Amino acid sequence: MLKVNDLVLGYDNVPVVFGVSLEVREKEVVAIVGSNGAGKTTILRGLSGLIRPMEGSIEFMGEDITRTPAHKLVKMGISHVPEGRQLFGKLTVRQNLMMGAYTLKDEAAKKDALDQVFTLFPRLKEREDQAAETFSGGEQQMLAIARGMMSKPKLLMIDEMSLGLAPVLVDRVMDSLKEIRATGITVLIVEQKVKEALELADRGYVLATGRILQEGSSAELLESDVVKKAYLGM
Amino acid sequence: MIGQIIINGLLNGAVYALVAVGLSLTWGVMDIVNFAHGEFLLWGLYSSFWIWALMGLDPLISLPIVVVLIFALGVLTYLVVIKRVLKVSGLTALLATFGLSMVLKNLTQFFWTANYRNVTKPLVSNQSFNIFGMYIRQDYVVAAAGALLLTLLVTLFLNRTKTGVAIKATSINKSAAQLVGIDTNRIYAITFGLSGACVGAAAALMASFTPIYPEACSLYSTLAFVIVALGGFGNIKGALFAGLIVGVVEALGGYFIGTSFKYLVVFLIYLIVMQIRPRGLFGW
Repeated sequence: MLKVNDLVLGYDNVPVVFGVSLEVREKEVVAIVGSNGAGKTTILRGLSGLIRPMEGSIEFMGEDITRTPAHKLVKMGISHVPEGRQLFGKLTVRQNLMMGAYTLKDEAAKKDALDQVFTLFPRLKEREDQAAETFSGGEQQMLAIARGMMSKPKLLMIDEMSLGLAPVLVDRVMDSLKEIRATGITVLIVEQKVKEALELADRGYVLATGRILQEGSSAELLESDVVKKAYLGM
Repeated sequence: MIGQIIINGLLNGAVYALVAVGLSLTWGVMDIVNFAHGEFLLWGLYSSFWIWALMGLDPLISLPIVVVLIFALGVLTYLVVIKRVLKVSGLTALLATFGLSMVLKNLTQFFWTANYRNVTKPLVSNQSFNIFGMYIRQDYVVAAAGALLLTLLVTLFLNRTKTGVAIKATSINKSAAQLVGIDTNRIYAITFGLSGACVGAAAALMASFTPIYPEACSLYSTLAFVIVALGGFGNIKGALFAGLIVGVVEALGGYFIGTSFKYLVVFLIYLIVMQIRPRGLFGW
């Protein structure tokens, strides 16, 4: 579904991701794990068109999207839930969600998407007229994921969804991902919480200082020395 | 007497507010200070005048045409001038709009000379009617009512329509807006057009009682900046209230201190508010 070849990404012509290649297949959950500063967020920003790749190529559903701007990728079926939620704080929950459905033209499709996220996160329905900025961290993260789901994406990319959340909330948000995957959406997550992310994902890539150290099935990675030593403290 | 002055101030203030709402849109959404805003108003006035002079349509009748024309001027300004400088940081955008204001003002003088022009025998005359002992000019009332109505329409557009909410979303978080599929470039073009539409409407509303010449709008432009800063950037409601306040302060200052000093009071209040509450009276 998503094929990335030798991607070089950076800011102001200074590269921070050096030739990363990865693949996400349909209906998979793939995790990119690594510590803070490894370049995980930069990769997602490159994949969703927020920054232009310096080198390399990205292919989605057989189409080259290396230079496609962000707003067009949403229409093609890529949705990116950014790090730090990035909600429209002054807008209500409902308005945030409807903005998430900005690319949908059909009213029935919008209603369908709304029903789906309200079933997934009933809490959002209870508070749909409240401004997003009044929410707690966990609720904001749910809203951010829900907003990302509103465009009916084929590929959902979520950046650091556990960041700043209490452990009990991390579990809840991770659980919601299982339900999302059950709906048939392909998921790419980026996480610092290596163990939790790999337990959820089918496959993973371990990223350090802008390069992929190791890749494989989650089970393999959880057992590998690199992951055990560097991230799980064993 | 005081009542009379306050009424006059409110009537003026409503039109100021509409001009300021236009400025507030680009300032609040795109963080671009449009120095050519006054010249948009100027071209609105001349559009009203020429449509009246050549086709005999009263400015109030031709209002929709002028709104469309200045909307187009706004969109064109974005596409030709602003879009190119948006990526560059610092004062570039500011200087670009300043240059545009010079160009538009001098083009005005070049095309239509520096002479004063007036719309004569307008649809709504400048006669006054009497309520509770106060004399109120009917053309001012029509202009103020129109300005309030249009401000309300802009507010409804921003809160109720998909494009309106997308404008707000873009102003809150541009990259998040891109991530939900909003073409922010298009939103910026619409915002600039909408800003133009506001001043186009304001121009049409005041064209029948304002002398029209190349310097006609400098004051409105300066007042609009004060009003936006007072009201809080990107805040329509704030701009409306600040506009009314400025209108009343100006009228009271003119009466108690003297006509030549009335703006002194306005700017003094502006300076004081900025010291105490830099984000404006109604700012976020």
